[in-house]
Amino acid sequence: MEHQPAAMPFARAGAPHLPPRRRVSDLMFRVIWALLPAIAAHAWFFGWGIVVQVVLACLFGLILEWVMLRLRARPAQPFLSDGSVLTTALLFALCLPPLAPWWVNATGMLFAVVVAKHLYGGLGFNLFNPAMVGLAVVIITFPIELSQWLAPRGLGEGLPGLIETVRAIATGHVSNGPAWDAISAATPLDQLRTGLQSQFLVSEIRADPVFGALVARGWEWVALASLAGGLWLAWQRVISWHAPTALLVTTLIISTPPWLLAPDLHYSPLQQLLSGGLMLAAFFIITDPVSGSATPRGKIIFGAGVALITLAIRRYGGFPDGVAFAVLLMNMLVPLIDRYTRPRVYGHPR
Amino acid sequence: MQLHSFPGGLALPHHKQASLAHPLERCPLPPALYVPVGQHQGEAGRILVEPGQAVRAGQPLTLAEDDYQVPAHAPCAGTVVGLVQRPASFPPESYRRCIEMVPADEACSDWDDEPGRRLPDWRRCNATELVDHLRAMGLAGLGGAMFPTAAKLRGDWPSIDTLILNGVECEPWIACDEALMRSRPEDILGGGLVLAAAVVAERIVIAVEDPMEQTAQALERAAERLGIAERFEVVRVPAVYPQGGERQLIQTLTGLEVPHDGLPQDIGLLCHNVATAAAAFDAVEHGRPLTERIVTVTGPGVAQPRNLIAAIGTPLSWLIRQAGGYTEHARRLILGGPMSGTALITDEVALTKGSNCVLVLDTAPAEPATSMPCINCGFCVESCPARLLPQLIYRAVAADDYDQAAELAVGDCIECGVCARVCPSQIPLVDYYRHAKGEIGLRALDQRRAALARRRHEARQERLAAEQAARARRRQARAEKLREKSAAADEIQAAIARARQRKKSAE
Repeated sequence: MEHQPAAMPFARAGAPHLPPRRRVSDLMFRVIWALLPAIAAHAWFFGWGIVVQVVLACLFGLILEWVMLRLRARPAQPFLSDGSVLTTALLFALCLPPLAPWWVNATGMLFAVVVAKHLYGGLGFNLFNPAMVGLAVVIITFPIELSQWLAPRGLGEGLPGLIETVRAIATGHVSNGPAWDAISAATPLDQLRTGLQSQFLVSEIRADPVFGALVARGWEWVALASLAGGLWLAWQRVISWHAPTALLVTTLIISTPPWLLAPDLHYSPLQQLLSGGLMLAAFFIITDPVSGSATPRGKIIFGAGVALITLAIRRYGGFPDGVAFAVLLMNMLVPLIDRYTRPRVYGHPR
Repeated sequence: MQLHSFPGGLALPHHKQASLAHPLERCPLPPALYVPVGQHQGEAGRILVEPGQAVRAGQPLTLAEDDYQVPAHAPCAGTVVGLVQRPASFPPESYRRCIEMVPADEACSDWDDEPGRRLPDWRRCNATELVDHLRAMGLAGLGGAMFPTAAKLRGDWPSIDTLILNGVECEPWIACDEALMRSRPEDILGGGLVLAAAVVAERIVIAVEDPMEQTAQALERAAERLGIAERFEVVRVPAVYPQGGERQLIQTLTGLEVPHDGLPQDIGLLCHNVATAAAAFDAVEHGRPLTERIVTVTGPGVAQPRNLIAAIGTPLSWLIRQAGGYTEHARRLILGGPMSGTALITDEVALTKGSNCVLVLDTAPAEPATSMPCINCGFCVESCPARLLPQLIYRAVAADDYDQAAELAVGDCIECGVCARVCPSQIPLVDYYRHAKGEIGLRALDQRRAALARRRHEARQERLAAEQAARARRRQARAEKLREKSAAADEIQAAIARARQRKKSAE
């Protein structure tokens, strides 16, 4: 006969009564998975540096997150395991030069986690992208360290080994090995900017081997790996298509006509897309939901704005790449964008 | 028919087969029935019976005095015990007034028609007569909202050209309309003709979900058999939740949107549940008031899920018993579907005209502590069928900013629950929106009360001022009179003095 359940009265909660499909940590760890190809490409072309930087950034991030959660009297376990601080750490580390000293990494993560994230209220409340705040701070604070990039594999005198890399990051200078001048190189974007400013033609500047087969030796593969990871995220519906598409399309629309008219005076569209941090930004940085726009149309404006400002900084600014500043500037505009891009609610007049 | 679509929505697992695998059957009468007096949130009708009174099957228990009242009828022959308070489904832990009655021995809920209540020549009736009859037969929306059918049919809107019969059961598990459409397709079509006649609508569209191809064909064949195929169109709509929502279904079928402060009737459409159509058919052809409905009893917590024809007023515990009782996994009891149904604490709640499904789930609800902060991921925006910005409304409500919530149109939320289902932070979003709607309603009430109090205060001030002025006037008048009096006294004294003077001088 009937079986009376032990749990009478029944448990009660508001509708819906189905479990949610996904959790925050699930989304964050998918983002982390999607970043792995880019990190692998980076490690192949620029050596152990990225691996050490990722480990350091994750370590600093977790420690700072734990300290801030303690100070704010929040439960540590759910927030440490949600993957958000690891995502921030990975994105920040991917923007650092491979041999940047550890204090550069620590300073950036301090501003990312403590200032940009927790002082604004923690997960979900930060107005600015934490990784980009950290990056902007170190770009301004450590201009020399941030400009010392390694020559990609196949150029220069070979990449430093793991021990050499750890020593360089721990002490801040390269010793007992090849001279710094022999292993460092300016990034293609930097060369283009300084070259164009000194009235060289693009074809002359591009004669340098750092430009590689396509547009930037090594960098182009990191960008393509970011693209692949990003497409996977979009396919998994972790990120929406709006912001990345807007960024890429805007970049093409702005950079193609001048390049067609005067290819020797302007960056090629492919150069814009595949060098520097633009592709990473398109799929991993401007898709940060917390500091991005809430509305579909707002996401398009956000992506287009980041492209516009990045290209302007690359062409006219004092920095070789401007993704961090572009993202932070657009973060400031998000409340305004959200205000004016609300969708028309069902049944309201058109 | 050219189909459109509504924004957002979710494809959900169906689970309808769980109850449809068992044939539709009639639920025996319980030892006691608890027929709710007020079926709709409006006023309850006047009660017509006394404790101890014997009632016939189908005898009215309450009287409806306007279109927003729905009369209750005796589901079977029996004896009225009295008026009792029984647990209600909503709000939680509330009670509702029910007429308790004990079925007579041998009583059955499948009683014979009473010829006097029939309306056999309904085709010649005018709309008013038809609506009056349906009201007297206690018709209410069987889709779940229990909206009085008469109030939906009668109004001063422009002409209605299309009647939509909603057979889209978009919530998982619920299969009562599917069971009905399989067993009584002709009656649904007949009821459709009655409802269309009541609003003088020419076209009738029946919408079913596209996985229900067999049901759609059964309806089409029934229309052929009855020779009324030219008036009906059976439309298969995609199985996306909440396709069965009135406003979403209208958007899918016509591409039109119901004005946010209006009704489907404003754009010439009228939407009724297929079960309401079958009830309308019963009311005119058989003279049967609405005293029973099909209810799905299902879920992993029920031993033998099935669809039951059950008398209104049957306790849910009795229904579950007919479906083999609970399994040992039963954890949650839901009245309605898993997306928008109401969780019940107790199975003593009685079946109402709007109860379409009794669902027993084997999972405990999520702990409130497991919800994370909103990360603005936008899944809720992508899936909201009302095109709201659920995450911004949530933030406004969490910050007690109800003006902002109202500006973001929280009032247009249909509480379908899609946003909460896709939320990776597991925030009970619908609870927040319900709270905000209640709060905004209370504030409007407060404002009305405050305005009334202000008017009352002003009136009092005016009255006090008027009284004071009147008092002052009276005082002044009295003082003047007094002055006049004292002047008169002086004159008298002077006259006396003069008289004395004269006397003296005379001496």
